[in-house]
Amino acid sequence: MAERVIQVGDLRKSYGDVEAVKGISFEVARGEVFAMLGPNGAGKTTTTEILEGYRERSGGSVSVLGHDPAKRERALRQRVGIVLQSTGIDPFLTVTETIEMYAGYFPSRRPTAEVIDVVGLAEKKDTRVNKLSGGQQRRLDVAIALAGDPELLFLDEPTTGFDPSARRNAWEVVKNLVAIGKTVFLTTHFMDEAQYLADRVVVIADGLIVAEGPPSSIAGRDQMRTRIRFRLPEGTPVPGGDAQRLPDGSHEIDVDAATTTKVMHDLTGWALDNGITLESLEITQPTLEDVYLQLTGAEVGT
Amino acid sequence: MNDLILTARQVRYTNTAFWRNPQAAFFTFAFPLMFLVIFTALLGGGTVTLDNGLAFNQSTYYVAGMSAFAIITACYTNLAISVTFQRDAGILKRMRGTPLPGYDYLSARVTHAILMALILVSLCSAFGAVFYDASIPTGTQLAEAIVVVLVGAGSFAALGLAITSVIPNAEAAPAVVNATILPLLFISGVFIPIGSNAPRWVDVVGRIFPVRHLVDAYLGAYYGPPNFDFSWRDVGVVALWGIAGLVFAARRFSWEPRR
Repeated sequence: MAERVIQVGDLRKSYGDVEAVKGISFEVARGEVFAMLGPNGAGKTTTTEILEGYRERSGGSVSVLGHDPAKRERALRQRVGIVLQSTGIDPFLTVTETIEMYAGYFPSRRPTAEVIDVVGLAEKKDTRVNKLSGGQQRRLDVAIALAGDPELLFLDEPTTGFDPSARRNAWEVVKNLVAIGKTVFLTTHFMDEAQYLADRVVVIADGLIVAEGPPSSIAGRDQMRTRIRFRLPEGTPVPGGDAQRLPDGSHEIDVDAATTTKVMHDLTGWALDNGITLESLEITQPTLEDVYLQLTGAEVGT
Repeated sequence: MNDLILTARQVRYTNTAFWRNPQAAFFTFAFPLMFLVIFTALLGGGTVTLDNGLAFNQSTYYVAGMSAFAIITACYTNLAISVTFQRDAGILKRMRGTPLPGYDYLSARVTHAILMALILVSLCSAFGAVFYDASIPTGTQLAEAIVVVLVGAGSFAALGLAITSVIPNAEAAPAVVNATILPLLFISGVFIPIGSNAPRWVDVVGRIFPVRHLVDAYLGAYYGPPNFDFSWRDVGVVALWGIAGLVFAARRFSWEPRR
């Protein structure tokens, strides 16, 4: 692993008798997008706010860019950009004024116009904050965090409340940040967001890490069984013995990832030989969401 | 970067935002002048005899009374309500995540409030001089008046920051702030001169709190003998309240919404 930007060892946090974080360890390397997934109340925000220096830990070790964030050193805050979960921006300043005000707190800064461009607010640069839509304010949140040219960005559920196209735009913003070498610590409860953005994911549930890895293979996702589903004309006998008939009349075969290709070959060969059309044919792999629901013990919707 | 420059920058942004907020600007600036006109119009003809036996023309009395009111509005009421709003909106929390030291941010807020108080007191004085024959003091008295305004503004700003730590949320802010200050304004000679026929408890209770001392100190500085004797003791009491407010704020001030 490259240089470690964040190192967390056996982190614990209690609020009174309640232990919100029960001993978690992870590392974030320079230049990667690291995503923390988990249901509400799992300990995501507590962990993030300890890394940001807002909360003190009850136990364990934390290092962010070589500093202990609990000491609230200015030298650390000069290198970090934070997008908090809930937005709060002075309502009477304009977009440009706001970014310049925050940029002024940092020793190095990116040009204001460039930052405004990155988040797509160029047309709104002279608009007061209280005249922006919720999504635009959220983008301004990100712009504020970028203004001081930080090495490390904390994005706590950055796209909650976005419409689908705004989310796509925000993702492009994050991709651009990584392209210029920033490290991103992201929390989200959108699986597609983690899938698209993250190099590595940890899933946290009830204060503990339950899985860790790249989104494509986390918790053995790549080893899980592939599902083949199709529909046969009425009265056609089912090939082989391992296909299940579903209530809607379609058939389903679960196969090992390794044999998917062969099973598909056999199936389509059989259909061609017998002049049968396989309607609604689909092959699905377990999604990150399937893995997540399984890991966090949430109810799987049908 | 130099903290002083950072604070000065922040005062400028605070000022820009202040004048774009119609409520803050209106209540802070219009109220003292409006009250000065109303009180003087209603009561300005007569003479008031204070409980120390000294007599005032009521119209000139209100120039000092409303100056004290202006200091309190700008530094206590406005600061407490707007800082609570910023706390609940998450603006303070965001500030806390930047390299700007918290005391730089708060000193900028306080400095801005004191500047507003200075402007307001100057307006009241100019208004009084032009319309009510309340002559602006000179020499030692002017120096005393400026000291009273600065000590008063600083102390009430400290108390304004202190009170935010007992205000549960932004909705409750105006109620808590007014509940703590309005009764004192009435029993301390801001709206109604405490005359020789006022009940004794009003005098006794009023002298415990800083508002009465601010009014007395300013009357003394503004008019001087033989109308009213200036006493450094009044300034001292106001300053002590300010220090107590500062200590309380330093220990209890919250940068995040209270839940």
